[in-house]
Amino acid sequence: MANLTLVEAVNQALAWEMAHDDSVVVFGEDVGVNGGVFRATVGLQEKFGAERVFDTPLAEAMIAGLSVGLATQGFKPVPEIQFMGFIYPALDQIVSHASRMRNRTRGRLTCPMVLRAPFGTGIRAPEHHSESTEAMFAHMPGVRVVIPSSPVRAYGLLLSAIRDLDPVIFLEPKRIYRAFRQEVPDNGEGLPLDKAFVTRPGTDVTLISWGASALETWNAAGELADEGIDCEVVDLATVSPIDKDTILESVSRTGRAVIVHEAAVSGGLGGEVAAILASEGLYSLEAPVVRVGGFDAVPPLARMEYGYIPGVQRIKDAVHECMES
Amino acid sequence: MPVVAKFEITYTQFLDEHGKAQQELPEFAADADEMARMYRFMHLTRVFDQRCINLQRTGQVNTIASSHGHEAAQIGLASAMRPEDVLAPSYREHGAVLWRGVRMSQLLAVWGGDERGHDWDGARHDFPYCVPIATQCLHAAGAALALKMRGQEACAVALCGDGATSEGAFYEALNAAGAMELPVVFWVTNNRYAISMNVQDQTGAETLAQKAIAVGIHGEQVDGNDLIAVRNAAEIALRRARSGGGASLVEALSYRLGDHTTADDATRYRPDEEVEQAARRAPLHRMKRFMQEHFGWTGEQEEALIAELEAEVEKEVEAYLAMPPPKIEDIFEHQFANMPAALEAQREIAHRYPVPD
Ligand SMILES: Cc1ncc(C[n+]2csc(CCOP(=O)(O)OP(=O)(O)O)c2C)c(N)n1
Ligand SMILES: [Mg+2]
Repeated sequence: MANLTLVEAVNQALAWEMAHDDSVVVFGEDVGVNGGVFRATVGLQEKFGAERVFDTPLAEAMIAGLSVGLATQGFKPVPEIQFMGFIYPALDQIVSHASRMRNRTRGRLTCPMVLRAPFGTGIRAPEHHSESTEAMFAHMPGVRVVIPSSPVRAYGLLLSAIRDLDPVIFLEPKRIYRAFRQEVPDNGEGLPLDKAFVTRPGTDVTLISWGASALETWNAAGELADEGIDCEVVDLATVSPIDKDTILESVSRTGRAVIVHEAAVSGGLGGEVAAILASEGLYSLEAPVVRVGGFDAVPPLARMEYGYIPGVQRIKDAVHECMES
Repeated sequence: MPVVAKFEITYTQFLDEHGKAQQELPEFAADADEMARMYRFMHLTRVFDQRCINLQRTGQVNTIASSHGHEAAQIGLASAMRPEDVLAPSYREHGAVLWRGVRMSQLLAVWGGDERGHDWDGARHDFPYCVPIATQCLHAAGAALALKMRGQEACAVALCGDGATSEGAFYEALNAAGAMELPVVFWVTNNRYAISMNVQDQTGAETLAQKAIAVGIHGEQVDGNDLIAVRNAAEIALRRARSGGGASLVEALSYRLGDHTTADDATRYRPDEEVEQAARRAPLHRMKRFMQEHFGWTGEQEEALIAELEAEVEKEVEAYLAMPPPKIEDIFEHQFANMPAALEAQREIAHRYPVPD
């Protein structure tokens, strides 16, 4: 059993699936010889050859469009977009084609592809390397948006994403690419998509988050436990479509919810979760739902990025607010 | 069958890799002051670049892209521009923007993760550094359209790399320039690499310059490590644009002597011998020989120049390090001309939390 970081778990999942499914191909900018700028695809070209793991010209619309072409013709493309901030040229292909091909052709053609992209702040990178615009993708019918927040979930969710019959945007929180290690058995077992994970059971309040924010949320829950507040922590994981049952069931027991994400709070997916709670869980709620997110500002350059995203203290304060109202 | 289109791409070099003239030199090459000024800026670019990398290693700036090897391509181009022209740089053009009047401390702020750096000196209408590859090419085309609509005798210049020529935005910008006859110059510094990808794998075309042909603008190749060839080509292309002669694409052949950025390790994907060989063709090396031969430039002068530039850079490093730290409130101030009430409320919240380092 291997003790892996999140990015190593991504690599292990890619290698497993390539070894077991000949139709899987991996490509993108610098994914071949260089093994990806974060090393997510390291060693894959050596193992599976340059026909199945290859570098493409520098063009994201091309990467997504080629994927649509490949997927409709029987391949399983798993392209990498180097950073989420550079995914926007690919939007047209994702919105106008990948997400709709099944519907447009009444199932004659389909687009089983996984577009991987590292996202979020936290690595002191240059401009445009810190985006968290998962809500933009979640707003599109016909694509799943999956975000792992631990090595184990990265492995299992990526396997399931590749095996899924529809397009998946797989967003990897690069801030925690190497934050901690877990034992990740290389057994080829996928984890369910469309399913949230309760990562810490609790009784007083439900904290719902995803991506790198799951880490601060988890840490805040630990500190709050010392103060006598027993938090249940839910990792949403598949942020579209959202697993309503898990969050509604949790809130039916705790009566309170705090949603934490690093994307700008307005128009962010916290709003969607809050709407689910308001429309389907209102009678369980004992307090208004609280959202904590990135501020409604352009993600700042490195000096201010940790002032932009919700830190442990801001999460704890939000929980207190929720507990006291 | 009738031939309906034919084209050729020229390659210009004045100085060989030893600084020896290969053909009659353009007039400016005899101007001792101008040549000394350009040579000085090439060295400044180099000294500054090296200092940036040291600052990154000691944690005083973040990931930074080196312009090592691009000194001639940047200074030769920038020196042909006029203040009223508009520059749309990529992120690797330290020499060009310094020539345009940006302060080194401001560039350091940009790479140090502080937006205030982009509120930079020099030509205030120039664009900031641009990270999303090739998008700035369209901005240059748009700026050129503005100049044309106002009837100004000026032009816009986009700087980008070889990898950028694969992006849709690059082709669209070129095509707009051809279709609308825009006063713009697309300056492609072909340093052979887009991170790990060799330019040979980037396209099936023999040259990047020939991409101009498809859109009906002028295209040519120059030796981008030869300051005189660069300056000459830039002057001609800029004059063409300003005088209503249309747009140009100039491909400056160079080599990225450093890693892609400080976060990259180029030994993973290119052999040391290739880099060593390219280093022998480096622009500064060649210009030094030229300066010696044509203007009696001495070793003492060279040493004195470098010492002077190091001191100049050090002063700017100090100015950068002495900048008062940015405040979290700053991230709200410039989102809109008039701050919405909701944002003001967020600013109050942000203010309550200290920003960890
Ligand atoms: C749209 C977009 N995609 C990907 C990237 C990541 N990236 C940064 S630099 C680079 C290579 C650029 O190569 P080139 O255009 O040759 O310029 P150079 O860095 O060599 O100057 C890539 C892929 C980006 N910044 N923008
Ligand atoms: Mg390049």
